[in-house]
Amino acid sequence: MQPDTTAVLRQRHVPGSLDRVGASFGFWAFQYRRTWRGTVVSSVLTPVLFLAAMGIGLGTLVDDGGRLDGAYLLFLAPGLLAATAMQTAGFESMYPVMGAIKWVRTYHAMLATPLGVSDILLGHLLWVVFRVTSSAAIYLAVIALFGAVASPMALLALPAATLCGMAYAAPIFAFSSGYEKPSGFAALERFVIVPMFLFSGTFFPVSQLPDVLQPVAYATPLWHGVELCRALVAGTQTLADALLHIGYLSLWIVAGVTAAMFFFRRRLESTG
Amino acid sequence: MSVPESRRQLSVPVATVEVVDDSLDAAFIHARGLTKRFGEFTAVDGIDVDVARGEAFGFLGPNGAGKSSTMRMIGCVSPPTEGTLRILGMDPGADGPAIRARLGVVPQQDTLDTELSVRENLLIYGRYFGMSRAAVRAKTDELLDFVQLTDRAKDKVEPLSGGMKRRLTIARSLINDPDILLLDEPTTGLDPQARHSLWDRLFRLKQRGVTLVLTTHYMDEAEQLCDRLVVMDKGRFAAEGSPRELIATYSTREVLELRFGPDEDNNVYADKVEGLVDRVEVLPDRLLLYTDDGDGTTAAVYQRGLLPVSTLVRRSTLEDVFLRLTGRTLVD
Amino acid sequence: MTTTLRPGSGSETLLARIVPLPGTSARRASLMVERNALVYRRSWVIIVSGFFEPFFYLLSIGIGLGALVGTVSLDGRMIEYTAFVAPALLASSAMNGAVYDSTFNIFFKLKYAKTYDAILSTPMSPGDVAAGEITWALIRGLIYSTTFLAVMLALGLVGSPWAVLVLPAAVLIGFGFAAVGMAATTYMPGWQDFEFVQLCILPMFLFATTFYPLATYPSALQAVVVCTPLYHAVELIRSLTTGLVDGTVVIHIGYLVVMGLIGLRVAGRRLEKLLLT
Ligand SMILES: Nc1ncnc2c1ncn2[C@@H]1O[C@H](COP(=O)(O)OP(=O)(O)OP(=O)(O)O)[C@@H](O)[C@H]1O
Ligand SMILES: [Mg+2]
Repeated sequence: MQPDTTAVLRQRHVPGSLDRVGASFGFWAFQYRRTWRGTVVSSVLTPVLFLAAMGIGLGTLVDDGGRLDGAYLLFLAPGLLAATAMQTAGFESMYPVMGAIKWVRTYHAMLATPLGVSDILLGHLLWVVFRVTSSAAIYLAVIALFGAVASPMALLALPAATLCGMAYAAPIFAFSSGYEKPSGFAALERFVIVPMFLFSGTFFPVSQLPDVLQPVAYATPLWHGVELCRALVAGTQTLADALLHIGYLSLWIVAGVTAAMFFFRRRLESTG
Repeated sequence: MSVPESRRQLSVPVATVEVVDDSLDAAFIHARGLTKRFGEFTAVDGIDVDVARGEAFGFLGPNGAGKSSTMRMIGCVSPPTEGTLRILGMDPGADGPAIRARLGVVPQQDTLDTELSVRENLLIYGRYFGMSRAAVRAKTDELLDFVQLTDRAKDKVEPLSGGMKRRLTIARSLINDPDILLLDEPTTGLDPQARHSLWDRLFRLKQRGVTLVLTTHYMDEAEQLCDRLVVMDKGRFAAEGSPRELIATYSTREVLELRFGPDEDNNVYADKVEGLVDRVEVLPDRLLLYTDDGDGTTAAVYQRGLLPVSTLVRRSTLEDVFLRLTGRTLVD
Repeated sequence: MTTTLRPGSGSETLLARIVPLPGTSARRASLMVERNALVYRRSWVIIVSGFFEPFFYLLSIGIGLGALVGTVSLDGRMIEYTAFVAPALLASSAMNGAVYDSTFNIFFKLKYAKTYDAILSTPMSPGDVAAGEITWALIRGLIYSTTFLAVMLALGLVGSPWAVLVLPAAVLIGFGFAAVGMAATTYMPGWQDFEFVQLCILPMFLFATTFYPLATYPSALQAVVVCTPLYHAVELIRSLTTGLVDGTVVIHIGYLVVMGLIGLRVAGRRLEKLLLT
């Protein structure tokens, strides 16, 4: 009622910027309490099933073929680690973001509190970091159980997978906030995510692709993520290569966050 | 508020209407001991209904009385738990499709197909009745015009306003030229103009021999449209008759409405007017005194030294019947 | 029991003619198909794009990974890995499409859009709705199977004239899975339960001899794999495209037919119970 009092109150309670990002993160974490069971089951089962079927079953045929250096399981497992990080990140960055803007209007509700647009975006991205990292950790543990880890360096594959996932999450955040129709997701899924999953060196070396397509595969963030994870799990990673991959993935993250920030501001600040 | 005499006389006696063939039972809808239970709960408790061809039959009753449950059983989308039910001389259990082919249904909740446009909703619905595409198209155009949605024909259903959706549902119920029209609160959400245009249409359909069964919370609607009414409460019929019969039986000729100040306790005043009339109803905002001489009673109230903020003498309506029978007001 | 109101007119759906259900008329079921065609007329792009996923899998696993595998031994004959995996991808995409159509789509219409509530106040019966929706899933599946088969022909992956039977076989696969999927959907209280659908589909996709022959498994596991419906679907299509047809084809067909009929019966009954309350 009295403007003075509310001003004072608000001033006294203005949280620091870390607190604000934390509050946005906390919201998503709170939501997750209702659904985590289902996601844990699939985060454990999916890698087990894929590694058993493709790594071991199909691996028998590939190893018999003798055209790949080393066991197929060792080739496939780290590739799937990066690919799964991409898929988890994609999943978390599509409908939840569009929903929070359009349908549930979660972001709008947050804006009515001391949170600003950048707090909302960074908090949500931080949540995706958590989701990607935790499911990648499970995956890594499963890989270890399958005996497909050759070096302690493999532990570094965890941040590598997260980096790979975020190189997708950030641009997809921009897509979800910039493109207004959910039909875009079906196209993104079918014509971007799935082809990258299948052709970016996860299941077979990119050198198998026709010459014209190889540069396309090398340009995908997933290929860099796959290479990074594969060399780390095998313990053969060199610093120079690592820096190259990390730098390239970071570029996508920075560009994605910048674009997402632009679209978030446009969608959330103009419509109020 | 009652329908003008001239208008009432327009309703054609049933016997002279020869639209439908005569081979059917006299009662278009015939129910004995009709019962619907949901688990332990009895929603409809052994009611008997007979509706003749060309009749307009209405259900009144408070929320949860069992009106919609009854309508759904008559519509052959809800099997009765007990009792016999015959529609158009057929058994809903065995001949559901054949019966439904001749029904038009406006359910309480709109069930429009949200994946289709306004026009497509009517087109495909007509097709479900086995109508040819050409016949459906012609009927669709006519109905869209009737409910004034022609300019929205290509739109999706979702963005329509509530009243527009209702109008589309009503249009849909007429697509197959039904012999029986089941209308569950048809005019809820309609603006006055749309409501009157629907009443007019229903009136003309009735003249052509179409049987109307409707539920409503609006007494003017019931008075306008229905030849016969039942007041339903807790799954049973509390009263039955024509609007005028009901008023004559369950109410007095006139009603005196007294309003006191907003903060006054009406129960106190109820005690103070005791003895003046046989029946007093205490509502949150006013006192109703049932009397055959409104002006005389008004004078008597002032003689007792009471000073109401306002007084109003009016004729009894179905609302008063409803209040008497169910202890509740009609619109709640 | 079959009630036809104005007999004679309209096209009959294949399915409803083969499978008489109580209170179901083929003509009425075909109206359900007409409704869906009307809905998808605007979004045909979605239907077209659905073809690409199995095609990408064929290029990646079949050709890319196939180059590393070389040949596979099947019934004592060596065949190219691509020719081995392609029919399996056709079968599993027939399964996927049918399951998707009969679970997510039906659930949405049943629980959210309430599409069937209105339909059932017309002469349409729950059996008509079930038969019509399944027929629609089969038509969609047939479009995908046809294009996939054309790609296989173009890539030289079809090795036998038996392949003319691939399309009817794919329709049969779709029928089996759509009917069971629809029956399962009627038991699902909420969206979370689709996690369970995924949990049935993914292991089958990965293990039902899609990517490598049955002989790769130890014999105990072979017995389990042989019980899954996708195994029969994959083996049926594979024997037709490779020409290695023998008596077991009858078992595969029988398995899918029985599965479909049971599913259809259950789905019709359950819909009746859910919708006519
Ligand atoms: N499918 C159902 N399952 C369980 N109970 C039901 C079901 N349908 C109706 N009921 C119950 O039956 C009773 C009568 O409901 P019904 O819808 O027939 O009332 P109504 O007279 O139409 O009320 P309203 O004026 O609010 O529309 C209510 O108590 C309701 O909760
Ligand atoms: Mg009701």
